[in-house]
Amino acid sequence: MTALDTAVADPLSQHLGRGRAVRNRVAAVAMYAAFALAVVPLAWILFSVLSKGFSAIVDAQWWTNSQRGITIRTPGGGAYHAMAGTLIQAAITTLISVPIALLTAVYLVEYGRGGRFAKAISFMVDILTGIPSIVAALFIYALWVTTAGFGRTGLSVSFALVLLMIPVVTRSTEEMLRIVPSELREASYALGVPKWKTILRVVIPTAWSGIITGVMLGVARVMGETAPLLILGPYTSSINMNPFRGNMAALPTMINQNRTESLSLAVERTWGAALTLILLVLALTLAARWLSRFSAVRG
Amino acid sequence: MNSSMLRRRSRVAGLASAAMLLAGCGSDNNASAAGSDNGAQASGSSACVSGTLNGEGSSAQKNAIDQVIADYIAGCAGTTVNYNPTGSGAGISQFIAGQVDWAGSDSALKDEPKDGVVETQAAAKRCDNNPAWNIPMVVGPIAIAYNLPGVDSLTLTPEVAAKIFKGQIATWDDPAIAAVNKGVQLPSTPIKVFFRSDESGTTENFTKYLNAAAGSVWTDEPSKTWPGTGEGREKSAGVSEGVKGTEGGITYVEWSYAKDNGLGVAKVNNGAGAVELTGESVGKAVEAAKKAGKGNDLKLDLDYATQAKGAYPVLLVTYEIVCSKGGIDADTTKLLKSFLTFFASPEQQQKLEDIGYAPLPSPLESEVNTAIQAIS
Amino acid sequence: MTQMSPPPPGRPDAADGAAGDGTDVVVPDGVTAMDTPARQVPARQAPPRPVPRLAPDASGQRSRPPTGRGDGPDARRPLDLSSGAGRWGDRIFSGLSSGAGWFVIVLVTLVGGFLLWKAVPALAGNNAHFFFDRVWSPGGNTPAFGIPDLLYTTVLASVLAMALAVPVAIGIALFTTQYAPRRLARTVAATVDLLAAVPSIIYGLWGIAVLAPILGAPDSWVRNTIESTLGWIPLFSATGISAGNVFVGGVVLAIMILPIVAAISREVFDKTPVAHKEGAYALGATRWEMIRTAVLPFGRPGVISASMLGLGRALGETIAITIILSKPNSTDPFDLSVFFGGETFASKIANNASEFDSPSKTGAYIAAGLVLFVLTFAVNAIARIIINRRKEFVE
Repeated sequence: MTALDTAVADPLSQHLGRGRAVRNRVAAVAMYAAFALAVVPLAWILFSVLSKGFSAIVDAQWWTNSQRGITIRTPGGGAYHAMAGTLIQAAITTLISVPIALLTAVYLVEYGRGGRFAKAISFMVDILTGIPSIVAALFIYALWVTTAGFGRTGLSVSFALVLLMIPVVTRSTEEMLRIVPSELREASYALGVPKWKTILRVVIPTAWSGIITGVMLGVARVMGETAPLLILGPYTSSINMNPFRGNMAALPTMINQNRTESLSLAVERTWGAALTLILLVLALTLAARWLSRFSAVRG
Repeated sequence: MNSSMLRRRSRVAGLASAAMLLAGCGSDNNASAAGSDNGAQASGSSACVSGTLNGEGSSAQKNAIDQVIADYIAGCAGTTVNYNPTGSGAGISQFIAGQVDWAGSDSALKDEPKDGVVETQAAAKRCDNNPAWNIPMVVGPIAIAYNLPGVDSLTLTPEVAAKIFKGQIATWDDPAIAAVNKGVQLPSTPIKVFFRSDESGTTENFTKYLNAAAGSVWTDEPSKTWPGTGEGREKSAGVSEGVKGTEGGITYVEWSYAKDNGLGVAKVNNGAGAVELTGESVGKAVEAAKKAGKGNDLKLDLDYATQAKGAYPVLLVTYEIVCSKGGIDADTTKLLKSFLTFFASPEQQQKLEDIGYAPLPSPLESEVNTAIQAIS
Repeated sequence: MTQMSPPPPGRPDAADGAAGDGTDVVVPDGVTAMDTPARQVPARQAPPRPVPRLAPDASGQRSRPPTGRGDGPDARRPLDLSSGAGRWGDRIFSGLSSGAGWFVIVLVTLVGGFLLWKAVPALAGNNAHFFFDRVWSPGGNTPAFGIPDLLYTTVLASVLAMALAVPVAIGIALFTTQYAPRRLARTVAATVDLLAAVPSIIYGLWGIAVLAPILGAPDSWVRNTIESTLGWIPLFSATGISAGNVFVGGVVLAIMILPIVAAISREVFDKTPVAHKEGAYALGATRWEMIRTAVLPFGRPGVISASMLGLGRALGETIAITIILSKPNSTDPFDLSVFFGGETFASKIANNASEFDSPSKTGAYIAAGLVLFVLTFAVNAIARIIINRRKEFVE
């Protein structure tokens, strides 16, 4: 909403023809209806998950214990192992994909502008966006597990997630870099600062808040991915903090493990893990907002 | 839902969990919750064998093995046994690829080539050129589960079952069903068949049964994908929920799911009278099976058409597929043997009946024990 | 979104910026809503932003980002104009960034190569027509598989999702940019973006447990009404499939892609040049007429590409659809109805990934994955072409 709109206010008045006035009203009502329509499913989903999962997560054990030694017939245990796994896998994924995505975006915006190579990269990033997550997992399985002979560990899950995260972060960073005004760059060059330093110390800091938001939201997305974990991340009910060895649990696999059971304890754990996953994603989203506000360059 | 409230709560929860993760203070110790089953391992072996054991495969034995693992590791902080119920095919291929220490499968390793690969040979290669053994461990009855309010007792013959699952019988009051259910008031509700949409050992064993016991009606080859009529739902939970929510629904599903969902379970009459599904009646059918493997390879040839008195013939046997020798290191072998011994022990097998499985019949159990001890 | 990302500093106003003069709509390709932080146009006459003072030091290492406040000790240090370090730094940095670009290219080539490598032998051994035969038995000694059912279900569910989500998304985007007061607009934007943060497995669980009984069950009011009023159209005819039908799947997909389409449309509408809007108002237009004549034509390419992105996501969605859709039996005749069940490419792979026990079987599923890959890519490419054509047109 700009000042302009308030100045003009609602230009509707008696001078208008009836049809135009009615159409204007109808359109306004439609917009409000669209908004309401969007809020309904969200509130509904959150309500369902909360009401079904709340009883599981209020237990203090949920946040401190694993599911080790717990069956679908014994109460107790928690989701600690899965939360730890999800966060570790997301952290590794971020560490690998963010530098690559950031540099790719820098190339696209700062070096390659419109060149053939940049176009090729852009094209490839588009394709990467179109890879269904399960295909990415099959690829990593063939390359890393079958061909290279490594095990299915937290690390191999992260590799598949990297494939899904790179295009997301590249695209959002690219957008953020593009909206850095070129006067800033030109001013910097005029002071004799080399290009790389201009990028590192003018362009990136200026776009920093947007970049962080993009990265964190990318993280949120990979944390909720399930399909790659079905192929690459076998579940365990015990805590495993080592991404290089052994099975590592994650919240989506914990959900998947429990959702195929009909007993009430399993159902409760399914929704509890779902709620935990939403809460983790929400916490990260909030952290992103806070971080980007905190680290914003102020003029 | 108030989103600001949610946000505040999530912030607290997020901070709390982040703090705990940073502190690394998670706990694997659920002993207090696990109840009084502690010390169960002491009956099987004297002390804990520490290490990590990874298995994967059949989802039909998931609940059984989860229970056994929970009992086995109770009080043994250094022992971890993981089992991933991803499916028999996945289990075997992960075993062959050396990703897991043993596999659980609803069908034994196959001798005949498929795509140029013979499973038994590939498995032997994985075991440093020693044969892999199929050790039957969990007997999982397949229930023919239905939802018909007012009908507490239903009997099916193989032919009638095959016709229902083929779609040749459309309503519950069909004369064919009535003929084998004298005195039962059958409603005219249409029959709604649910089947597994994922490839499954349960489907394979159920189609084996229909093909063996009612070959004239069920002419399709047994397979992991469903050749009959109906609507496919994902996994056992999906089909049992489908039946639960649909009056007139019927499906084939592991007994435990039928129990957990409160579904009716049909009696089966293979020719020697109607047999109810119980641990005992299933055990009789397993006893009627012929041994198809050599030596300690305990591959079974189930007789689905058996007319033995009191035998419930619709079942699957989950094998634990292990290397007879080599393949995994000595410590893991020790752990595997200890775990399987515990698994096969009569106390554990007996416990499984409560959760929808049938115990191994005792003659077979002693053979299983011999095989486990022979692993080296 | 608006709430999640404060306007990036340094963005010039649409009216006076050189870098983004409003007509230069850059719609993020292949980015979901969550990845497209808002570029809220700040208050009209944003003061020109001062250039952050620079303090490059001779060592050439990354030091603090400029604070921009100009009163730190850095600001007093002399500028280092030595070009030696600069040249090396440039070489290294441009090398690194083009290296990252190469990495992406190699990665995609590897993935594509992998798909072809696995799919081609299986396709060569296929005993059925891949595109026209309704069979799927990839295992065994005479593998035969075809994809028409998968293709139809995938496209039907995605198109249904689009038909439901796009109008609503446009409505929300217009509401947030043109109608709602600023505070409310932020809240709405954040609320809608929250939808994008919900993991897909949760959509699946919710869809089958909560939504399906209401929308899709055979005795549900919604389904009965549609079947009885529109049942004469094959698309809406009654079927024997219970709650897990394409209709429910499509609605869930619609909810999933709604935030993506809404967020990007919002970005685009937000950038409508003020001059266009002023012009419309000056001619006496009502707000709706202003939207119709200024905002919508300006935003059309952006909305199209946003919809295409949503479509891409819907086509490839795996776990939610796997949980929801029922599979009709193999002998059922082909049915066009949205109340029929089915499998999409992705759900077919996910349903059977655990039984990939032979190369030819795996290859068959990978071949299906390859079609999905091509389909998704085509959708993205079309979006790109439309945007580029429209961009020229607008300029």
